[in-house]
Order: sequence, then C-alpha cells, then structure tokens
Amino acid sequence: MTEVDRRDFLRGAGFATAAAAVPTEASAAIARPPKQISPQAVGMLYDSTLCIGCRACVAACKEANKMPAEVPATLTGWNENTWDSAEDLSGRTLNVIKVYRNGTAEQKDHEINGFAFVKRHCLHCIDPSCVSVCPVGAMQKDAATGIVSYDPDVCIGCRYCVYGCPFGVPQFDFSSALGKIAKCEFCRHLQKDGKIPACCDVCPTGASLFGPVKELEREIERRTAAAPGTPYQFPRGKIGENRPPNAATIPTYVKGVYGEHEAGGTQVRYLAGVPFPKLGLPTVGRQSPASLSEGMQHTIYQWLIAPLVAFVGFAFLARRNLALHHDDDAPPSKEG
Amino acid sequence: MSTAAPLRRSLVTPTTLVLVALVVIAFCFLLQRFLFGLGAVANINPGYPWGIWVVVDVIIGTAFGCGGFAMALLVYIFNRGQYHPLMRPALLSGLFGYTLGGFAVIFDLGRYWQAYNLLLPWHAQLNSVMFEVALCVMAYVVVLWIEFSPAFLERFGFVGIKRILERWMFVIVALGVLLPTMHQSSLGSMLLVMEYRLSPLWFTLWLPALFVISALAMGYAVVMFEATVVSKTFSLPSEHALISKMSIVVGWITVAWLVLRFGDLFARNALPLAFIGSISVFLFWVENAMFLAAALVFITPAGRASQRASFLGAVALLAGGSLYRLDAYLIGYQPLNNWSYFPSVPELMVSIGVVALEVLLYLIFIKTLPVLHGDAARR
Amino acid sequence: MDATCNPDIDFEACLGPNPDEPVFGGLTRRQMLQFCAGIAATMGLSATAGVRMAEAATAPARPPVIWLHGQECTGCTESLLRSYHPTLEAILLDVISLDYHDTLCIGAGKQALDYKHAMMEKNKGKYVLVTEGGTPMKDGGIYCKVGGKTQVELIREAAEGAAAVIAIGSCAAWGGIQSADPNPTGAVGTHEVIPGKLVINIPGCPPSPYNFLSTVLYLLTFGRPPELDQQNRPKFAYGRLIHENCERRPHFDAGRFALEFGDEGHRQGFCLYKIGCKGPETYANCPSIGFGDVGFGSWPVGTGHPCFGCTEKETGFRKPLHALSTVKTLTPPTAFPQVDAEKGKGISIGAAAAVGVVGGLVVGAGAMLLKQMGDGKKSAPDETKERV
Repeated sequence: MTEVDRRDFLRGAGFATAAAAVPTEASAAIARPPKQISPQAVGMLYDSTLCIGCRACVAACKEANKMPAEVPATLTGWNENTWDSAEDLSGRTLNVIKVYRNGTAEQKDHEINGFAFVKRHCLHCIDPSCVSVCPVGAMQKDAATGIVSYDPDVCIGCRYCVYGCPFGVPQFDFSSALGKIAKCEFCRHLQKDGKIPACCDVCPTGASLFGPVKELEREIERRTAAAPGTPYQFPRGKIGENRPPNAATIPTYVKGVYGEHEAGGTQVRYLAGVPFPKLGLPTVGRQSPASLSEGMQHTIYQWLIAPLVAFVGFAFLARRNLALHHDDDAPPSKEG
Repeated sequence: MSTAAPLRRSLVTPTTLVLVALVVIAFCFLLQRFLFGLGAVANINPGYPWGIWVVVDVIIGTAFGCGGFAMALLVYIFNRGQYHPLMRPALLSGLFGYTLGGFAVIFDLGRYWQAYNLLLPWHAQLNSVMFEVALCVMAYVVVLWIEFSPAFLERFGFVGIKRILERWMFVIVALGVLLPTMHQSSLGSMLLVMEYRLSPLWFTLWLPALFVISALAMGYAVVMFEATVVSKTFSLPSEHALISKMSIVVGWITVAWLVLRFGDLFARNALPLAFIGSISVFLFWVENAMFLAAALVFITPAGRASQRASFLGAVALLAGGSLYRLDAYLIGYQPLNNWSYFPSVPELMVSIGVVALEVLLYLIFIKTLPVLHGDAARR
Repeated sequence: MDATCNPDIDFEACLGPNPDEPVFGGLTRRQMLQFCAGIAATMGLSATAGVRMAEAATAPARPPVIWLHGQECTGCTESLLRSYHPTLEAILLDVISLDYHDTLCIGAGKQALDYKHAMMEKNKGKYVLVTEGGTPMKDGGIYCKVGGKTQVELIREAAEGAAAVIAIGSCAAWGGIQSADPNPTGAVGTHEVIPGKLVINIPGCPPSPYNFLSTVLYLLTFGRPPELDQQNRPKFAYGRLIHENCERRPHFDAGRFALEFGDEGHRQGFCLYKIGCKGPETYANCPSIGFGDVGFGSWPVGTGHPCFGCTEKETGFRKPLHALSTVKTLTPPTAFPQVDAEKGKGISIGAAAAVGVVGGLVVGAGAMLLKQMGDGKKSAPDETKERV
C-alpha cells in the first residue's frame, strides 16, 4: 500500500526532473525573498577525501551529547551493545559516517571500483525548513551564529521537521515513550565554554573542520584552486586556530561544493572525490523549500484579508438564507 | 417541513459488538504506545516519520468529515434549501471525522503532553502551515459541535437555548464554511515544503486548490454514500431523488478537479513521468481513474438516475480522494536514505479501531438523537 | 634426522638416534630441531620444513657468506648480534661460514681483503652476499671506500659470483637516511647498483634479526628465495600493515587518540595516529614479533613512539615524523553503514492479512448493498460499513 518502488521513482525523477519541476518563474513569484547568511555564521567543512573512516567523530559526538549507543536489529545477534554501530541518523545518533562502495572497492575516492566516506549531520541551512514548519517554534535559528537549535520543552512531537527537512536530518526517538527530536546543534553547549564541536575537535585529519563560514569558503577556494598533487597544509580542528596542520597533497575533487546552493545554501559544506549523489547526499535545488511554503501561506493569508472578506460574505449569505429556512429543524422531536 | 427523529432500533447488535471489540483492541495497542513509545507499536521510521496514523486517520479522516462543510456551503451559502434533510447526517459524520481526527493526532504526537503549547500565543509560529491547520481544526471541531448541538437541545428539550443559538447560527455557519476551506487547502500547502522530496506527479503550486476541491467532492460523496447505506441498512425511504439532483454539482466539481490536475501536469511538462513503470505511477492512474469514473457517472443523466451507479460513483470519489491524499503524503514521497514503510499490524488495528469508533458513535447517535428524517416525513 | 617425518606428529621420531648429542653452537639435536621448527612456523611453513632446515643448517659444508658495509651505522649488525635463539655466534660459526664481514673480522687490512678475494674465488657461484648500508653513486662513488675501492666497485665485484644477494636494513634496501633529501652523496640501495640481479630486501632500521635469519635459512633449505612482494621484501615478514596487528588498533577504531607526547591520551596508551604514526601505511611484522626477545610490546609503538615507517621507501626518512599517514586498508571495513543500504520493515504477513480482511469486508459490504439497490427491495439487517 505505502511501499514505494524507489528505484523506479528515482529513475523517473531523473528522467524528467528538469522539465517537470515547478516552473521557476511561477515558483519564484510566490516564494518570499531568500534569507541571507549572517556575517558571523559558523559552519563546518567536511572533506570526504581527507576522511579515513576512523569514526572518532561519531564516538566523540555520542559522548559530547550524551547519546546512547545504537545497535540496529540486524546486528544484535553478535553486538550486545558493545559497539555503537548506528546505520543512519536517528533519534539517538546525531552524526554518522557512512561508506560508498563500488565493485572491488580498492581505491579510496574513486567512483568505479572504489570507496569513499561521507559524514551526515545537520547542515544548518541558511533558510531552514525545520524552523519554518515547526508549529510551536521549537526549532530556532540563531540570528548571529546561524546555529539551528532545538528546544525539547516546547516541541509537541508532530515530526513535521523530520518529514520536511530536504536532507533528512532531524530525527525523532521512536524507541522512547518520552522521545524527542535529535539533531546536531554544532555542540552549542561546548561552544559556550569556548570549545569547538566535538567531531571537529577529534578529527585526526582535518576532514571535519569548524570555523566561520566566510573563512571556510576561502579555504574551499584555496583547495579547489590548487592542482591535484600539490603539497598542502590541511588545517585541523578550527580554521585559524594554531593546531599543527595535516601535511598532505591536494586530491582530485569532483566539481562543486555541496551545501553552497542546496536549499538556499547551508552552513555545512562538502568537498568530495566521488559525485555527491553517490555519497547519499540528496539532490536538492537552489530555492529553499521554506521560502516557497511561507510565500504561499503569506500570499493567501496576508493580513488575514482574504479569510476576513470570505467570512463576512459567508456570514451575510448564511444569515439571509437561514432566515428563509428558519424553521427547518423546528419540530421538537418525539415522533417515530 | 423537516422531521428529524431518533431511529427506534436496538443499540446492541452483532455489528455494534464487533465494533466495540475493534475499539478495545485499538485501545490495548494505544496503551502499549503510551508506555513504550511510538516505535513499539508503529513501523514509522526516520525515512517515514508520518505513517497511517497521520495520513489515514487525520488527513484522509478529516476529508471524510467534509460532509458538513460541503452541505453547509450548498444549503446555506448557495441557498439550496431543498437539500436540508441531508444536513444533519452530514454534520454528524463531520463531527466524528474531525473529533476523531483530533483524537488520533494526540496519540500520534510524540510529545503530546506539551500539545497545549499550540495555544500559547508566545509559542505561535505564524510561518508554519501546521500551526494554521492545528488551530483551524481545533476551532472547526468546536464549530461542528455547536452546529450539531440543536440535535441535543431538541432531544433534551432546551428550547430556549436553541432559540438563542439559532439567532447566531449564521456566524457559526459562516465559520463552518470558512475554516474547512482554510485548513483543507492548507493540508495541501503542508506539502509545499516537500519540493525536493515529492514526485512531480503530485508536487505543484496548485496543491492547496487540489486539496480543497477534492475535499469538497469527497464531502458530497460521503453524504451520498451515507444516505444510501443508512437508508438501505435501516430500511428507510431512499433519498435517491435528492441525491441524484445534487450529484450534478459533484460531477462538475470532479471535472474541475481533473481539469486542474491534468492541466497543471501538462503545463509543467510532468506528464511523461506518468508513463514510467512503477507502483507510484500505477497508483497515480488508479487515483485519477477513480475521479474520472465518478465524473462520468455524475455528469451523465443516466448515471445520475441509476441508484447503483450513483453509489459506485460516490465510492469511487471517496476512494480516489483518499488515494490522492495517501499518494501525495506517502507514496509519491521519496524517503531519504532508502527507508521503506508498511504499517504494522498494531498500527493498522489502531486505525481500524478509530474508524470502528466513528461508526459505532454514528450508530449510537442516530439511534438516540434526532438526526435522520424518518419514514413518516419525507419532503 | 629424517627429512620426511613430521615433528608435529611424532617429534621423537624426527630426532634420530642421538637426540641429545650437541650438533650446533652448543645446541643439542633436540634443541636445534625445536629452533628450526619455530623459524619455520614464523614463516608460515610446515613443521617438516623445520626438519629440513635443521638438516641444512647442521650440514657439514656451511654456505659461505660475504658481508659488505656501505653508508650505515652498523645498527643492522647490532640488531643481529641481539638474536638469542640461537645466538649470533652459533649462526656465524656453525650455520653459515661468515668468510668476510667488515665489522666482525678477526683479521684486518690487506690480510682481511685478501682472504675475502680468496674465498670469493674459491666459492664462486655458491656464496651469499649480504650488503648493509647505502651506496653513494655521486662523483664516481668516492664518498665510501674500503681498501681504495669504492663501494660501487666492491658490490659489483662481489655480486658477480654470488648465489644470492640480501640487502639488510633500509639503507641497503633503498638508500636509507643518507638518501633523504637532498641526498648529497647520491646514495642508493643495493639493487640499483647491480641492476638485473635479484636482491632480497630486508628493510628496517634496524630490521628484526629473525626476518633476516628466516630468509637465510629458507635460502639454504630450498635453494630459492621465499615469496617476495613487489619491492622484493619477503612476504612472510612484510605482508601485512603494522596497523592490522597493532595492539593499539582498538583505540583507533574507537576514536581515542594521543594528541601530543605526554598528554593524557598518550599516557593512557591511545592510538598514536594523530602524532604521526605511519603504521597504517607501513608493511612489517613488528607488532607480531617485537624486538630483543623481551616480551610483549617491545617495539616502537608498544613503547609509545609512533611508527616512522622505516620499512617503506616513501615513508621512513622521507615523510616528516609528525605527518599523518595514508590509511592503506585495502577495502573499507564491512561494519560501515552503506550509503545505499535498504532500511525499514517491509510488509508483514499480519499486516497484509489485516489490509486484505478490511478490503474484503468493504468490497463485500458494498456488493451486498449494490445487490439490494435498483430492485426496490428494502430489507437487510444491520450492516457494517467499513472504509479504509
């Protein structure tokens, strides 16, 4: 009944995405203006080519956010909660390393007969859907840092944020009677003490790099501008902080920076040696979904004029017509 | 004129006993859900955070409850008083559709104990379509109970209150038309944020219009369906004459829906997608075939005249409208990270229990309150 | 000893008539067989091969060895001096006939060199040449001379009549420390001095003496070199990454790293990857056999120092000590969640049945209603209407 034939659907989507998408002019006319990134916005750069799959970030994330270990049903036979082995983001996992594997999987960052790692967590959209759809404002975007945070004391658990996120990030903990939404908040509790997000703090190679989005953008430019094979000092931890860099060489990157334009842009950016869709990063257009949905709502309900006019009209007609049929319901029962 | 009266039938029948059993089973599973969490009962998962409890019980359930909305529009706004005998049964089905939809929302909410935050102005999030839907549905449930309250007042003889109520009924009626228009269209708007995860066969800027028009069509269909089923079941005089007159309206609404649906698909150049072999595309055609079948029945005089065809047309419209909602929310939706979903048995039993409760309460109400127009007094 | 018997099955039978007779460097026949069985096991050979090794090693005609030193620190010889089962002197005096060794010679000067030449003449085509140290090639090789001859000349001269050539240590294998940038003397490994001739490389700084001894015994026994990798390193010793057998590997997997020398993580014995350990790109058996026969953990990483990759030409002396290594795991571990893994519970039999029953009820009820229609009959008892 509700099982989708996903492969077919994907093929279908690929077949006519360009043609069948909502016409940009119509969509742009309705959408409200896009939101702009804050000048002090903080973000992360994840360079898949630097990632060695050690999962230090996953372990550190669990510890920093006091999340329990997760063992998928398929592994409980041999893994009795000894190793955290989350399959995906969930109500108990804010950050996960996954692998792309093809053929013999012999060469790292090769699409054919190769493999590559990918890190999944919240991208902290510039114009986040979750913030836009939450009916009670449990999701908030910080005006300065741009961190998208969650307040469990306000949340009603409707899971519209889970359904509406174009990246599949916020997750509800279904396994608890008092479950709540879980999503990466850039370790804002650690940042208060001047620390950096745990995943970037422990990353041995600098694959996860924290810092102001502006500086990360410059770093991305430097990396993509350099010729593959050039020796390069990859910063670690937080950009601009004086940690010893990782001396390596510039790899061959695929074209583009994931997160630069997706859904109106995000504060987390990805560089990779394998096409982004292969890494399981969803193909998302440039317009932020929130701007379209809010634009439509505010077009229909601007100043509540349309509903009020409709109400007055309905009331007038109903009053007139009710008077005509006044005694419709009159007979006070008792018959049979 | 009208002579609505309680049906003199026994409350305890095999049917009601089966319904009670189904409701009890559902409540057992709900107890499990409240003790051990949603995951203990339902198959919903990170890829499909909304299952049938949302889509069937609330989104389809409230569309089934649109009878009151559709009839109020016809009778009070477009001044077609001749259909008034259908008004109270329609309101009753609306009452249950919406009240139980609201009830189903509570057990689907992950943090239900904080649901009152929806009503606190400092938590209101005006950009959220969900916020608008929630407030509108809550308000409409109250409106429906007020609209239906004359039945209670008559039954228990509060004539004075009934008179006061009738003086202000036009406000309630106006709200009873406005609120469903708002939130049924917003059920479509809720999908606008799914721009990149919903198949282009369903995603369009016209989603609000398609949802409100199909809700209206389903509202009439449910009235026709109920009138037929009830008259057959309780051997009451057939309302077919009335229904067949009304069905031309339904026919043209359905045609309008189909024109908008396919016109939009054509304009967006999305039709080629409908010729790819997949389950979702198959269901797309089933859904639209249902609407087309209903339209064909209701716009042809022969179709309207035949009681059998009209009944089938109403069923097709209800099935098509339900499938449209199911497709838009679950089947045409592309989950991330390769998740799949099919409801679990407990999940199904809860949804079945909600429907059983609805039917059970409907039977109790028509047997104890003046809802139906009995044998003796037909217009 | 009977070369066909298997000491795993009947050890005593393999010993022959006089098991306690001293045969070899003070070892009895019994002890010798035990030693060779151990060596064979190290190399992954069968126990019968151990018997054959013991046989070859105790044969009256000991194979002659010529050992040349180039640019080096004699560390490899020092390492070899610290082998304990058996001791080096037992090997040198009884297993092989070390006819010439720049450091361990009794004679000196012309006397020693004349003896070397005499032995090379006498054993032409039969001796094993061992080189230790790099060979300078720049300016005609003048940066390393013995007896007035350059190292290049000495190696080419000795290699001509050699049955096999073994390069011991990283210097002999590919130049070692003196070949590091800017390589002022143009130092190279032995195989570049005598192109076309097979040189078995036993790299390491220094290498484990047992990797060398095992190779020599294999050569003696089977008359051919053991299986070698692409860089001519015996696979039994250089077949696996240090990272694969490292005792600190669980810390790597769990994400626990030392961040600097002496920090909390370092004191806790966490993974040294972040402070430059080259274990993930270095092939050697150090974590498995250790050094100095003093027990578990007696190797650099075991004592808290990151591996510096001495057995890898591109790593040791070339990459900075702090630089991160490239993790050369052949394929990603299976335990990672796949990007395209299918998740979620499918349709269950119960759910299908429930949907079927409800669907059937609806269709059935509808059909009954339809039957009643049109013919104008009014009847039927209470009837459920269900909907999905």
